[in-house]
Amino acid sequence: MGIRFILMVNKQGQTRLAQYYEYLTIEERRALEGEIVRKCLARTEQQCSFVEHRNYKIVYRRYASLFFLVGVDNEENELAILEFIHLLVETMDRHFGNVCELDIMFHLEKAHFMLEEMVMNGCIVETSKSNILGPIQLLEKAS
Amino acid sequence: MAGGPSLMDSLFQRSLEDLIKGLRLHNLAAGTAAGTPESSTFVSKSIDEVRREIKSTDQQTKTTALQKLTYLHSLYAIDMSWAAFHAIELSSSTIFNSKRTGYLAASISFNSSTDVILLLTHQLRKDLNSGNPHEVSLALQTLSSICTPDLARDLTPELFTLLNSNKGFIKKKAIATVLRVFELYPDSVRVCFKRLVENLENADVGIVSAIVGVFCELANKEPRSYLPLAPEFYRILVDSRNNWVLIKVLKIFAKLVPLEPRLGKRVVEPICEHLRRTGAKSLAFECIRTIVCSLTQHELAVKLAAEKIREFLTEDDPNLKYLGLQALAAIAPKSLNAVVENKEVVIKSLSDEDVNIKFEALRLVMAMVSEDNVAEICRVLINYALKSDPEFCNEILGSILSTCSRNYYETIVDFDWYVSLLGEMARVPHCQKGEEIENQLVDIGMRVRDVRPEVVHVGRDLLIDPALLGNSFIHRILSAAAWVSGEYVEFCKNPFELMEALLQPRTNLLPPSVRAVYIQSAFKVLTFSAYFYFYPEEALAASISEVGESVHNGWCEQSSDSVSGQTVTFSEPDEGFNPRMLHQPQKDASGNDGKKMISDLEQVSSCSVKMGHFTKDCLVGMVNLVESTLRPMAGSHEVEIQDRVKNVLGLIELIRQEIHGCLVPKEEENDRGELKACEIVRVMHNALSEELGPVSLSAQGRVPLPDGLELKENLSDLEAICGDFRIPVLSSFSLEKPRSLEKDVVTVSDQQNEEECEPSSESTSLLTEHRKRHGIYYLPSEKKEKVPNDYPPANDLSMQDKVNDEADYLVKLTEKSLVPKKKPIAKPRPVVVKLDDGDRIHINEKLTELKEDLISDAVQEVLLGNQAVASSSRTDKSDKSSNRRSRKEAFRPLESNADSTTVEIAELGNKNSRRIKHRTHGKERSHRSSKKATGESDRSDRPSSSHPHGKHKSRQRADGMENVAAESPVIPDFLL
Repeated sequence: MGIRFILMVNKQGQTRLAQYYEYLTIEERRALEGEIVRKCLARTEQQCSFVEHRNYKIVYRRYASLFFLVGVDNEENELAILEFIHLLVETMDRHFGNVCELDIMFHLEKAHFMLEEMVMNGCIVETSKSNILGPIQLLEKAS
Repeated sequence: MAGGPSLMDSLFQRSLEDLIKGLRLHNLAAGTAAGTPESSTFVSKSIDEVRREIKSTDQQTKTTALQKLTYLHSLYAIDMSWAAFHAIELSSSTIFNSKRTGYLAASISFNSSTDVILLLTHQLRKDLNSGNPHEVSLALQTLSSICTPDLARDLTPELFTLLNSNKGFIKKKAIATVLRVFELYPDSVRVCFKRLVENLENADVGIVSAIVGVFCELANKEPRSYLPLAPEFYRILVDSRNNWVLIKVLKIFAKLVPLEPRLGKRVVEPICEHLRRTGAKSLAFECIRTIVCSLTQHELAVKLAAEKIREFLTEDDPNLKYLGLQALAAIAPKSLNAVVENKEVVIKSLSDEDVNIKFEALRLVMAMVSEDNVAEICRVLINYALKSDPEFCNEILGSILSTCSRNYYETIVDFDWYVSLLGEMARVPHCQKGEEIENQLVDIGMRVRDVRPEVVHVGRDLLIDPALLGNSFIHRILSAAAWVSGEYVEFCKNPFELMEALLQPRTNLLPPSVRAVYIQSAFKVLTFSAYFYFYPEEALAASISEVGESVHNGWCEQSSDSVSGQTVTFSEPDEGFNPRMLHQPQKDASGNDGKKMISDLEQVSSCSVKMGHFTKDCLVGMVNLVESTLRPMAGSHEVEIQDRVKNVLGLIELIRQEIHGCLVPKEEENDRGELKACEIVRVMHNALSEELGPVSLSAQGRVPLPDGLELKENLSDLEAICGDFRIPVLSSFSLEKPRSLEKDVVTVSDQQNEEECEPSSESTSLLTEHRKRHGIYYLPSEKKEKVPNDYPPANDLSMQDKVNDEADYLVKLTEKSLVPKKKPIAKPRPVVVKLDDGDRIHINEKLTELKEDLISDAVQEVLLGNQAVASSSRTDKSDKSSNRRSRKEAFRPLESNADSTTVEIAELGNKNSRRIKHRTHGKERSHRSSKKATGESDRSDRPSSSHPHGKHKSRQRADGMENVAAESPVIPDFLL
């Protein structure tokens, strides 16, 4: 199913956003997040952005204090996922204006809606920033 | 007041922002967030608030409460299943924001076990039919994330309509949702598949991207069914300039090409073109991956891919380096050249600072291993292992061990070298692979006769090093060393030294199980020595026959000396001798008998070393040494140790008797008519020198059934007594199977077992038949087969030889397989290479098979679903390729309400053929066949249009058949 989950974690290891595309129980999620975060946060900038964990491949990237972690199938193209992460950040950047951890904390719903526009069922369905933000901006105007 | 929501709650409700601020404060105070959130009072207080507020009748209050709960759930993993109903309630709100919150909560927290999920069906249907596209989009998003089989079934019609939506972003989401619905409700494929296919021609990049994503997932599970769509994918591959789309299409082709080699010829050029022109690394990498995985027959493409991989490897970006190494690993089996060219980078990467890159490099290095370079590579790796951190060190050792032992050590030609490598590994400081090394040492000792002297030599070196005893990680290795030294003591150059090593004081550091092995080995050594002393001639003869002459030429001279009763002469040169021992002056040992341990030690080490020079003093010295060491352990609490010590002490008693009676000539002793101690020693020696072979997994089943043991009755009684425990009983039956095969004495009259027996014996004979014909490819399994021969059955050795034909056959087989096993060094190289080759293909096949097995049953149903309707007697071959078409055919009854359906299908057919004509540039045959295809589908369509509402199963079947015939030539023509 391509993307299995998307996590945003700050450098203290606190989860800031978690979106799963397959069902895991709360305990499983907690365990998984803990393991992955421990693995990825320990890595340095000079190391590559791919980590294999259980049956996932984790592609991650750090932006300022925030780590974007995407768990994918083994079949998935790692570099494309890196580009996807970048696209996600750019989109948020455009919407929030110089996005930071706090923006995501306080606008978690919006972040979820952006993700929903971009990814459905683990497949990337939209890659145009204006298309992604269209519905959200419309809603903001309305309210 | 109590519990109920009040106006006060609504007025002074904490907003989501307040909650978040509160959480932050709290978190900062607590330090960590990931601890146990429930325990924090703030969180539990907030949840209590939410519980109260969510019951409010005020929409806004309710929405905020749910928002807060969703927040807590998604970030702090708070359970929110109790609020499921409230989420559903809000999803029906007229306020869009509340609806959105309700749906978001549902999509985040619902799963298939949420029982109220069915209540959502109605609301979802309503929203899917809504005039507001944003509501539709919300409903689609929710459906795609929480879909259940029931929802999928109930909402398929709505989804079908939305697939034709004129709004791009709705259509796109409908497409993405379809994938999930297909999985859960395979019947929906019949309804929606055609519209899905139509969308492949859509001009909108977003839609194509979504649809390609869906097909990529589908093809991942069962690629064969999508072969007929290859022309559409090809068009996208050539025309599209969107990297996301191209990557997905490449993935699809990577799956399709292996199924249809002609497809490879068509797509290889466009793929290379993309690879050459693209600046995007992601696309470039996907092209490379497709080539190295699926297009390896196309040399130019592989060459190009290798070039690009090289570019990746020379980049500074660790990501590209990592991927480059991965790609290299994939290309390694086909083009070793590419790997060799980049050898330097690979080896350098072994010391990369990134652990992942190191691992990848290691995998790659191991992939390069062949007979010719295995020694060199292992040398390099061991050096790395010595320098690197414990984790990677063990990774290296582990991969050396697993690579070298692969397929019964197929890469190893020089076993002497390998065994000494194993010994060397044991001395690597971080080594934690004791168990694996132990297994291999013992395994090689048993399987490879020629290497035994070296095994014993390595074992001796390990045993005599007192420093090693302190490292608990290598106790297992020492156990193996002790075992081989005892088992193959006849190759030992100096049994006294060995005995000393086995009994050295520091062995008390060993765990009891290993210690027991040590003592058992000491027992074997003692038996051997005693035997040699009592029967020098026999021992000599035996050793000559057993031991390769090259090793023991020196032996014969020595032994013949002792046979003729000469005294020891140390000046005699002998390559086999331990030099240290050689140059020691001989002491007079007779005086010190059994006084002190130290003096024993001295005496023993000063004794003449060779078996050939066995003297009474030596034996007495050894006996005393053993006794003084082991006597105290007879009271050990460890039963294993105690047991073995008692054995040794018993043996010592025997030997003592014999030695003291030795003054009397042997012939006279025999007159006494008693069973002599030396006789017992002989018997024991013979028993111990019985060769042990490797034990196969099925060995248990081959143990012949002892007379008078009536398993059948016992077990049927058992079954009668405890019917509840059927399963264990049955499993014990299955253990019997192999034996009953061999012996043809099916004692088990159980009906089921007989049934099971039949096919397995048949397949076994088929297997042996095949094995006979393709013997060389079967080397490893034959070795396994040979086990029964080596493995002495517990009761009756001869039984096995005179059983029926099948057993004879097995024996014959094993005789054949003995040859390669005895002389592994002489194993012809080409055979091994072929083995390797065959192995790889085999693995590939297995992989795909596995994949197919793993495909959800749902998809299987999707693909074969209307087989039952269309035709049950269709041949296998046309089966799969025709699936899609036949599926299309099945749409008709469902669609026939819309009058245009049949026309649509005809049009589709026309479009197909037009495209194909266009592309095949007027090849006569393709014209004809595609025309024929159109014609036929037209013909078959016509009657159905005259009966728009007809639901004739028979006609449907006919249509299916015709179209199968019509469709199948269309695709191959494209491919040609």
